[in-house]
Amino acid sequence: MKIAITSSGKSLDSPMDPRFGRAPYIIIANDAGELLEVIDNAANVNAMRGAGIQAAKSLADRGVSVLLTGHCGPNAFTALQSAGIKVGSDQSGVVKDALEKYRNGGVNFANGPNAEAHW
Amino acid sequence: MKIAVASGKGGTGKTTVATSLAASLGRRAQILDCDVEEPNCHILMSPEIESSEAITLSTPLVDMSKCNLCGKCGEVCNFSAILTIGKTTLTFPEMCHGCGGCMLLCPEKAISETPRELGAVETGSFEDVEFVQGRIRIGEAMAPPLIKAVKNRLNPNKIAILDAPPGASCPVINTVKGSDFVIMVTEPTPFGLHDLRIAVEAIEPLGIPMGVVLNRSDIGDHEVQTYCGEARLPLMLQIPFDRQIAEGYSRGKMLIQTNPDYVEKFIGLFEDVSRFVRKRSETKQEPQS
Repeated sequence: MKIAITSSGKSLDSPMDPRFGRAPYIIIANDAGELLEVIDNAANVNAMRGAGIQAAKSLADRGVSVLLTGHCGPNAFTALQSAGIKVGSDQSGVVKDALEKYRNGGVNFANGPNAEAHW
Repeated sequence: MKIAVASGKGGTGKTTVATSLAASLGRRAQILDCDVEEPNCHILMSPEIESSEAITLSTPLVDMSKCNLCGKCGEVCNFSAILTIGKTTLTFPEMCHGCGGCMLLCPEKAISETPRELGAVETGSFEDVEFVQGRIRIGEAMAPPLIKAVKNRLNPNKIAILDAPPGASCPVINTVKGSDFVIMVTEPTPFGLHDLRIAVEAIEPLGIPMGVVLNRSDIGDHEVQTYCGEARLPLMLQIPFDRQIAEGYSRGKMLIQTNPDYVEKFIGLFEDVSRFVRKRSETKQEPQS
């Protein structure tokens, strides 16, 4: 199973980035806590609009099951939900700690977006 | 002849100049209020509105019983308005710019059009001046297609005066595009100069000649004049601060209604603009050596 974490850097020791669509990197790990892939999200960082939707698409294409992030807007949430990706929002700290928290069952999944749409 | 009136900074007197210019030209003129978010030529002109037409944008509607989840629609969309994800194709109508690419590319013909209301275009007249204005639906983010609908009513037999929104972004560019001349209205303050520079820089790549009207020309500093000299922007009209004009404006009256002696000045402004445009088209037609 793949878990995605929004990150400010490329390693498991990087601090998380609270933004979903516009985080510089999205780290993909497995449920053993090992790093599988680092997605460079630069294209979405600079997108005018629709960054969250495109980020959701790239997670869906990789078969991600769980997303750990800070904020998730309505369009991104709809897209993630359609892809069957569970969203653990309001997460912060270092990537591997968030991953650890999730693996220990400490993350509750969101029922809806926790950020406003960007205009 | 198409003359756009733009500014950069808000509140410099674009609408004052546009309405008085059109009204001074009388039956030769048509005024098009392209500031669709806050159209207010009508406040100064009180035109009779004869017709109103709703303007819509065609956004995609997906029939999931036909969709094969190929994702071509999402690949062509530049605005993330449609996306195949998981076992479905989602649409985000408020993101759609209405290009229709997804509908064209869908191999299963699963996408049909559904209209999103952008606003309305109203047409009428003020005395002999033809009047057109766009009015965006509150909550709608996309002004350019509505501005295009306003410009579709442009009468080629008239001198069209297009009142642009303030700023230097898409709605301004969409308004001035295709014009023969842009009149930039500004005021002699650091704010007026700052925003004028931005607007000039934004419009310059379109290759449309520009000139400046300086409103409240005797307040503030001399920097706008200096800039106009450096940037080779002709200073076409100066309107000194006048309490009578300000009072008239505050009661919703046009400048030429409170100060009729300005009619001649606005006709002069138009003649200067047309001379400028004519001269430019002549030099353009000369064979290049």
